Order: sequence, then C-alpha cells, then structure tokens
Amino acid sequence: MSAALLEVEGLRTHFFTRAGVVKAVDDVSFRVERGRILGLVGESGSGKSMTGYSILGLVDPPGRIVAGRIALNGTDLTTLDEPRWRKLRGERIAMIFQDPMMTLNPVLRIDTQMVEAVCAHHDVSRTAALERCREALGHVGIASPEERLRNYPHQFSGGMRQRVAIAIALLNRPDLIIADEPTTALDVTIQGQILFEMQKLCRETGAGLLWITHDLSVISGLADDVCVMYAGRIVEAGTVDDVLEHPMHPYTRGLLDSVPGRNVPGRPLAQIPGMTPSLLELGEGCAFRERCTRAVEECRVAPPIRFPAAGRALRCVNPNP
Amino acid sequence: MSTIAAPLVEMRAISKRFVRRADFAMRLARKLGAKGSDATVHALDQVSLAVREREVVGLVGESGCGKSTLGRIVSRILEPTEGERLWKGRPYRELDGRAARAERLAVQMIFQDPYASLNPRMRVVDLIGEAPVVHGLIGPEERESYVAEMLERVGMDASLMRRFPHQFSGGQRSRIGIARALAVRPGFLVCDEAVAALDVSIQAQVLNLFIRLRAELALTYLFISHDLGVIRHVSDRVVVMYLGRIVEAAPTAEIYAQPNHPYTAALIAEVPRVDAKRRVYVPIRGEIPSPLAPPPGCHFHPRCPHAFARCRVEVPLLREIAPGRVSACHLNDLP
Repeated sequence: MSAALLEVEGLRTHFFTRAGVVKAVDDVSFRVERGRILGLVGESGSGKSMTGYSILGLVDPPGRIVAGRIALNGTDLTTLDEPRWRKLRGERIAMIFQDPMMTLNPVLRIDTQMVEAVCAHHDVSRTAALERCREALGHVGIASPEERLRNYPHQFSGGMRQRVAIAIALLNRPDLIIADEPTTALDVTIQGQILFEMQKLCRETGAGLLWITHDLSVISGLADDVCVMYAGRIVEAGTVDDVLEHPMHPYTRGLLDSVPGRNVPGRPLAQIPGMTPSLLELGEGCAFRERCTRAVEECRVAPPIRFPAAGRALRCVNPNP
Repeated sequence: MSTIAAPLVEMRAISKRFVRRADFAMRLARKLGAKGSDATVHALDQVSLAVREREVVGLVGESGCGKSTLGRIVSRILEPTEGERLWKGRPYRELDGRAARAERLAVQMIFQDPYASLNPRMRVVDLIGEAPVVHGLIGPEERESYVAEMLERVGMDASLMRRFPHQFSGGQRSRIGIARALAVRPGFLVCDEAVAALDVSIQAQVLNLFIRLRAELALTYLFISHDLGVIRHVSDRVVVMYLGRIVEAAPTAEIYAQPNHPYTAALIAEVPRVDAKRRVYVPIRGEIPSPLAPPPGCHFHPRCPHAFARCRVEVPLLREIAPGRVSACHLNDLP
C-alpha cells in the first residue's frame, strides 16, 4: 500500500459566498493506485465534480482549497505555483469532461488542437506530433484517423467527439485520468463502447483512473474501488464487490435500492425520502440524518470515519448490519 | 390484461418527414448550376402503434430514433406527414367540436426538462390552475382549492402554491409538471424522458408517483425513455425503435428474457447493471447512422452481427413471431 499514484488526504474545498461558506468538499480522503479504476459516486451537489477540479487545481474563486494534501507520485500538489501546474495538467494528469464540446474548440480542426496539446509539453516536430495524434485516435477506436484529423468537431457525432476528447487526454500518456461523467450524455450502445475502451486503456497503460459519476450501475461494471459521496463527504468506501453487495451506509443502501433494474417491475421502488440538503444549511452531525431511516441520537454529532473491515471505510454510527 | 375493446389510441402507418429548405446561398448555387436539394429527415417511417386503455407502453430507442417525434404526434403537438391517428377507434379528423376538445384534454404530455417546461414568471397556482379554468372544468373561485388538491395528489405541500418555479428542486418541478398535466383530468399521459434529468433517489420517488397515479386514476401511459431499467420497471409492453422504425414490440417480461431482434438484444446486453460485476464490455460496433441518410434495407444492418445479403436490400417488415409479439428481422424467415 506504499506510494499510491494519487493520495488525497483531508481535502476541504470551500466556497466563500455572500450567503455563507459552502463546504463543497469536506474532509475527503482516498487513493488511486496505478492501473486501477476508482469510482466516485454521488448525486448532484454531492461535491464529486469539485473533488475532481480540486485535484487539477481548477477551483475558481470564491472557492478555495482550505486544507488537505493532494499527492501525485508523492509530490504535494496544493503548494505548486501556477507555471508548475501548467506543466502538470495535460501531461501527468488529464481530465475528460461530460460535454466534449467543453474540451474541443469548435473553430479549430482536430489536428490543430491535438498537435497543440503535444507541443505544449514536448519539444517535438509537427510531423512527430501528428504521428502521435494518429496513434491516439486509433487507440480510442476512431476509424481512418488520417482523414478524421482534418475534420472540425462539428463533423463528429457525440460519441466520436467524446472519443476525440479521450484521445487528447491520452496524448501525453498521463499517470492519472480524471473522467467527470464522460458517458452520461451518450446513448447506451455508444456508452458501452467508451467504457470498453477506457477499461482496456487503463489496464494497458497502467494509468490510474478516477471515474466520477452518479450512476452506480456504470461503476459496478467498470471500477475496482468505489467511494460514495454525500453532501461533500465520503460516506462509504471500499472495493466495488464489497460495497455493492454489502452496503453498510444507509445512503448507499438507499441508492442501490432505488435503481429500477434491481426491483420487481411494477412494484413501488424503495425510495429515499426528502431531497439532498442545501450545502449552506448543513449543521453539525451527519448530513444524511434527516432522510435516514436508521438515524439515532448520536447522529447529531458528525460521525467519525471508521474502518469496519479490511479496505473499507464508513462514516456512520448505526450502519446496516 | 386482455381486452377486446378498441385501443384508446392507435397510430396507423404514421410517417413524419422534416424538410429543411435550402437556404439562400444554396438556392443561388443551384441557379448557377450546382446540385443540391432540400434536406429531408425521415423521422418516422410507417410506424403503427396501439395503446389499450389502462396499459403502460414503454418506448425505447437511442437518440435520433424518432421516439420523441412519435410521442409528440400522439399528443398532437405535431401533425404526421402521412398516416392516420385514431382515438377510441375513431379517426381524429372525424372528431369535431366538443369531442375534439375532450380528446385534446384527455391526452397530456409530460416533458423531459423540469426547468424549461415551466414558465419561470408564473406562480405554481397559475401554472397548474390556468388550464382547468380556461377549459371550464372548474370555476375561477375554485381554483386555489383545486390546485391544492392537485399538489397534494403529487405529494407536495399545498402551501407552496404561491412560489415560483425557481424556488423548487428538480424533483419538485417534475411533480409540478405532473400536477399541471393532471389538472385537466386526462386519461392518457405521454411521458417523454420524464425522469431522465433526475438523480437516482429522486427518480425513484417520481417513478413511484407514476405507478401510484396509474392505480389511483386509471391512467394510460406512453412512457418514452432511453433507460431500459426505467422502462422495464413501469411498462406492461415495450416497443423498440431504431432510426424511425419500430423493430420489435413485446410484453415486458418476454422481451427482456428473450429479445428477438438483434438490436433489442444488443441494447439489453449493453445496459450497465448494478448486479453485473466488473464485466468485460463487448460493445456492438459502429455509430448510429444519420437519419438524413439512413442505410438501405434494414437500418440496423451495418451494425448487426448477423446481417446477410437480404438485409442490405430489403426492408424487413414487422411480423408476428408469437402471440402479442412482433419483430422486424429477416432472421425470423430463415429455417
């Protein structure tokens, strides 16, 4: 367990707004090993995307990382200055966004954009860079990369665009890839293709992958480990098999039970009552206690992190048996 | 659920084409001798669909397959280019006056985006109460009590009726959208991706609401979704579309247990499931073709692992393969 690829410890990213302090990420710790896939699951507003942005140093004011350590290959990233960050982004850490149009410039051809990404980090000739781009496009399953390089983003379909975005992320063979819901906007059959490519690439290149999503069913097929986030905190973590088969936190349990495919058709779904709390109005104690069926008096105090079994972490005082 | 009565809603050989007229530059180029014509999208191609009373029909397909267009034609937001629509066995065009109005109110639509489908400048009481007053279902003085009743029906607090849409969360807005549709006492709801924009835990709440309302109000649904898990949960019967055509229709349990059409089989195999542990993905190849230039013959043949010569030239017709099941695939003709 020594020297993980990415180690996040006690990360806190807070937003200082006029209405008050929003604790978007509140004491989050996890690690990503080389060649493994960690799924970060949560509903909207749980802070899962903000965790990804924090690792890349992309938190804009009024947000700020107020505490914590983010170590990539043992170097702490939180203390880096902006020029060092620039060298790191796209080179050692790459990010894939939900909407590929966020990554791609609509008025530039694909080859221009890809060559730029290579030349920003490496002193290579344009021909060599182009060769690398062709290779990357081929890797993500784009047919005839030679011709496709000369296309503009609008000439690609949604799934193909996402492949181009993934190819750009892979260009400099990063150690860590952060994927923020990259398949949410895609159709089922296309999503299957992308998941297939990502899984293969991760195993082949030995890169670590942090997969941020709201969809537990994607995680169950793809990831090795999973962290479940709720209102800025990781409430449960462990290997995918353990967590999905024996969810201990009532929230994880509720999420799993509300997936339609797992229930008897036509019967009411088990539902979590209420809605996600506003991060502005979080008091002390467990953020889930208002919606929790197992809430007890002790939940009024923030539950400490516990390690109920090897490789598992949990923030709950009254977990499911 | 076998009824011999005429279906509540029936679509017969509906086609819908969207034509994009050539713009000025194109017309000019044509005058100068260039080739080019108006671009036509065949959104729907000879689609027939019958929904019986109190039945829930799930309509699945990927983007661009025409499922939303079909939903809009069923709810009469769009007019079909060809084909006939029947309401309780009578063609729509024969309905007039009172019958036509009653029919229009009886079919209501619930939209995907709970943000875009509510007017941000209207209070909830107006959003829900406007239509029933206009149509004379209730008097203006009953409006508030009626809206309160509707809100309670969808599980919301009636005291919230003075608020504006932006003061609600996504799940609550979905409920407001449902309450607005129910306010004109419809019998048939077309739900177009009604839960797609919601988080899993909220989605479960809204799906439960749909199931409860169906039982309470004897509603009929056409439930459009790309999510096969959702469809499986709510539907009695599933209709699968691909590029403007229905490729398979069957009772839910049967289609999930034994899909007939290769596309249906691929869709079902492709669905990520929570109980499928770290699987190796075996995706079907290829892209969804553009509806501007669909492939000839069976639309699915370029991606189909079983395609043979006939699939490339001849359009397969929907044929009954078992009682209550239809499928459009040439493989069924092979011995």
